[in-house]
Amino acid sequence: MLYAVLCYNDENAVATWTKEEDDACMARLAQVENGMKAKGKLGPVARLLPTTSATTLRKTSGEPLIIDGPFAETKEQFLGFFVADCETLDEAIAFAKDLAKANPGGGAYEIRPLALYHPSEMD
Amino acid sequence: MVDNAWIAAALTAARPQALSALLRYFRDLDRAEEAFQEASLRAIRSWPDKGSPRDTIAWLIFVGRNCGVDAVRKTRRNVALPGEDRLSDLDDAEVDIAERLDGAHYRDDILRLLFMCCHPQLQLNQQIALALRIVAGIPLSRIARVFLVSDAAMEQRITRAKAAIAQHRVPFDPPDANERLGRLGAVALMLYLVFNEGYSRGHSEPAAAELCDEAIRLARLLLRLFPTEPEIMGLLALMLLQHGRHAARTDANGELVLLEDQQRSRWDGVMLAEGRALVDKALRHGAPGTYQVQAAIAAQHARAPSAAETDWAAIDRLYQSLEAIHPSPVVTLNRAVAVAKSQGPAAALALIAPLADKLDGYFYFHGVCGGLLLQLGDIAGARLAFNRAIALAGSPAEAAHIRLHLDRLAMPDGTPGLLARN
Repeated sequence: MLYAVLCYNDENAVATWTKEEDDACMARLAQVENGMKAKGKLGPVARLLPTTSATTLRKTSGEPLIIDGPFAETKEQFLGFFVADCETLDEAIAFAKDLAKANPGGGAYEIRPLALYHPSEMD
Repeated sequence: MVDNAWIAAALTAARPQALSALLRYFRDLDRAEEAFQEASLRAIRSWPDKGSPRDTIAWLIFVGRNCGVDAVRKTRRNVALPGEDRLSDLDDAEVDIAERLDGAHYRDDILRLLFMCCHPQLQLNQQIALALRIVAGIPLSRIARVFLVSDAAMEQRITRAKAAIAQHRVPFDPPDANERLGRLGAVALMLYLVFNEGYSRGHSEPAAAELCDEAIRLARLLLRLFPTEPEIMGLLALMLLQHGRHAARTDANGELVLLEDQQRSRWDGVMLAEGRALVDKALRHGAPGTYQVQAAIAAQHARAPSAAETDWAAIDRLYQSLEAIHPSPVVTLNRAVAVAKSQGPAAALALIAPLADKLDGYFYFHGVCGGLLLQLGDIAGARLAFNRAIALAGSPAEAAHIRLHLDRLAMPDGTPGLLARN
């Protein structure tokens, strides 16, 4: 069984960490990751850039709406994610629009650049 | 982030919101600061055992408000303070207050606090010091170190600045849309000046470089409050794209390294990625402003894998739109550098020739002229321009840089230098 572990915290507070504090935290997390990696059980790991860099595509009955900022609704739940290598935000939005067409109805896609990405280490 | 460092980080992060809400409540900066200080002390005492509250900002505002009110009562009637238990047991109250505090209130509160710091009556140095002390909560001694003055001198500077803003009150009524936009513009400029103070001195003074981090933090806060303002996206992007090159801006001897000579592997990829994403986001609005266009220029450099692969034609076009938004001889001069790269030195010289009168006292103008003349093979003209530049240099580093080019001119093979490398 594959599990995703999603990380939540106050990004305001995390942004006030010094470089040393941030590096130290990442190093401690890497140690934990390494334990899983050694067993061939670690999938992809990603850290997202702050929500201020996010754009949200909101599905509508017609052309989807593009909104500045992160996904902020509480009545919808986090269901899945994609990682894509895009040269520009427009390219990422085009990808999300295609996803929306393939998966019509309600909901939204939040488009957020990554700060860090390690591909899967799973066997 | 072991021990209680997380509390310190949470308090620093909560400070602008909590302090500005307390300011609205008490309408007195000193009292608001004392109340926040007292609430922070109580957080340090109670959070390690009880864990942090769900909404740290609401907790700090609530406790700060109680402490502040108690302080007023105490001075008025000399009544004993209530017990610690009464203030620490906030679980229910906290949920209640968190629901009542909405984002819109926060937004005008924080904007007001920042706007107070950039009052036109204050000198630039005072504005920066005040913003760092009050909004960012940086200890006085650290600010003194940044400005290379004694603690006492910095304390005096801040006290004077506070007295000045106390006399020119910023109204507490919610601003109308126009007033809000005006405040936002003034605050954005002040944050950019904080950033520039760090950027221009940071390569030689590590303490000053911290200003860049603080300015970025405050710009991110501002963008969170105004998430759809393209110019605020542009401002944050510009800071990230410039500061992301910080480590590569100096060589082993502490000398400045020109953009085209920088080791791009030393650039901070994460910071540049965030900056580029924000530029893309801002430009989608189709409402370009000076921060956005400057950021877009910086993003062009950030995306080029090497100096030789820079898209100078795109940079030239961006400078043209900057000239359209904000005509200035300095912008044209910068554009000339892009033109020299994309169309050659003769076209660039023709572009800046009409600026000679306006920019005659500007170091950089003569430096660029010298570089272009050198490229065209006019050694005598280049020497003249470089000598003029040295005479106008604002710092020993600037002068040393030009001298290097003069020294090269003296050599038989005259290696081309400043802005002239292909």
